[in-house]
Amino acid sequence: MTKLTELTIAQAREALKKKEFSAVELTKAYIDEMDDKRKYNAYVLETPDVALAQAQKSDEKYANGTDGALEGIPLGIKDLYCTKDIRTTACSHILDGFEPQYESTVTAKLLNAGASFLGKLNMDEFAMGGSNETSYYGPVVNPWSKDVPLVAGGSSGGSAAAVAANMCAAATGTDTGGSIRQPSAFCGITGIKPTYGRCSRYGIIAFASSLDQAGPMCKDVRDCAIMLNVMSGYDAKDSTSAKVEVPNFEAFLNQDIKDLKIGIPAEYRPEGLNAEISALWDKGIEMLKARGAEIVNISLPHTKYALPTYYIIAPAEASSNLARYDGLRYGLRVNGEHLDNMYINSRTEGFGKEVKRRIMIGTYVLSAGYYDAYYLKAQKVRRLIRQDFLNAFEKCDIILTPTSPVTAFPIGDKSMQENPINMWLNDVFTVSVNLAGLPAMSLPIGLSHDGLPMGLQLIGKAFDEGTIFKTASALEQDAAFRKGMK
Amino acid sequence: MAIDRETVRRIAFLSRLKIEDDKIEDTEDEFNKILNWVEQLSEVNTDGVEPLVSVNDTNLTLRQDEVTEGNQAEAVLKNAPQAQYGYFTVPKVVE
Repeated sequence: MTKLTELTIAQAREALKKKEFSAVELTKAYIDEMDDKRKYNAYVLETPDVALAQAQKSDEKYANGTDGALEGIPLGIKDLYCTKDIRTTACSHILDGFEPQYESTVTAKLLNAGASFLGKLNMDEFAMGGSNETSYYGPVVNPWSKDVPLVAGGSSGGSAAAVAANMCAAATGTDTGGSIRQPSAFCGITGIKPTYGRCSRYGIIAFASSLDQAGPMCKDVRDCAIMLNVMSGYDAKDSTSAKVEVPNFEAFLNQDIKDLKIGIPAEYRPEGLNAEISALWDKGIEMLKARGAEIVNISLPHTKYALPTYYIIAPAEASSNLARYDGLRYGLRVNGEHLDNMYINSRTEGFGKEVKRRIMIGTYVLSAGYYDAYYLKAQKVRRLIRQDFLNAFEKCDIILTPTSPVTAFPIGDKSMQENPINMWLNDVFTVSVNLAGLPAMSLPIGLSHDGLPMGLQLIGKAFDEGTIFKTASALEQDAAFRKGMK
Repeated sequence: MAIDRETVRRIAFLSRLKIEDDKIEDTEDEFNKILNWVEQLSEVNTDGVEPLVSVNDTNLTLRQDEVTEGNQAEAVLKNAPQAQYGYFTVPKVVE
């Protein structure tokens, strides 16, 4: 029999409805799994008592027929989401002991739908990183590691590892430059960053507000659809959340993709691209072709400028957002003789190296005399990057690319530790999507020669996650990745 | 646009961060490496291109200027490292 923790949300929900097991039993199975797999460092705070109390309520709801869409489903929550009275730190020392007095809109929606929360998941500090190594609580170990411990990717590394190792039924992530998609690819799971504005950002600790989006990280495509339906929707508390209808994403699964136009951008196959990843992409193209989709060659000419644009805009917004951490209202306080010393001492001790680096870059590009040369220039290039996509979508319905140019690498990789730009280059296929505000999903397609998961990315038009779900469900069936795992 | 030691000190202060004297040079080198890398944006012709501030098509909406969740002093102060008499406390700011 399949272990309870291996079930997808859809399967578990079915079984809970039929009373094959209770929500409390399911939750206990996950709590045991968390106990066994602490070596992955996926959770930074475990809340088994909270989860069990919620599961008990879920069992009552199943008994009286008032069960919600996620009734009794145990989830892991990225530590970037404020959860009422549950410690939330963004995996930063500067938020030591912070217990939010309010609930983020997305986690409130998940709770209202009946989900239970197993705990808070590890991540790069303030979501700044691509390997989960900048976390104050140490790196996450990729469950696919063999002899050498590998990174789980980042910034949502704890979320990806926890889903891959069955330490939660699904997890929340956030994606500012690839933070849902890259760790999903590294850990062999499915994750979607929806269109900017699809989910409310209220109560999600801000990194770069014009790029941040919440999204689900799950065992399969259907679970992503179920989770995203609950997480989405306009919220008056986030003025950038969109007043658009949320379709039933599950309804798009298994739809015919015949004659669908799949865009293949030439710029995503740079010279020297990893041969296995290049071959994986070809395999994905063949699968879609075999189902009658039409392959269209497209060009996104400003792709090469996406990373430098991102590394001006994201730090600029971060330097403003992180100005609030001053040792005064919450978190770590290191006293000083005067007010300014207190600010400086608290921030110097509270922030890690990568966060300080980005705050300083952001402060520089926004400072008098450099604003036009860097920040304004980057915003102009950002428009050109978005225009590339708008032009491409006149010729195609959806775009297929690799998610990441590499597979999971060893923790502590020297070239990336020595030169931050080497780490940043891993985001080359994911950042453009955030700059353009588009939805994109990563799903696992195959394994590398050394047995590590590799993913492909589907990029859709704004607010057209439906076409992504449609195409992803076809690819998922043909790749049969999860079946191959056993 | 290479930056010098003085600029590093000034940016650190504006960021309210302290850089130890023996780390200034490393920070300067790293900063220049990053700035050289982003310099490639100057190749892009952006004449007549409007900066993109937000991908949202609609403008921000206005709401009524009224209290929505008032009387939360206790919750606001709940996480304060130091508070007294219903206020945040700070080190002395005037002589």
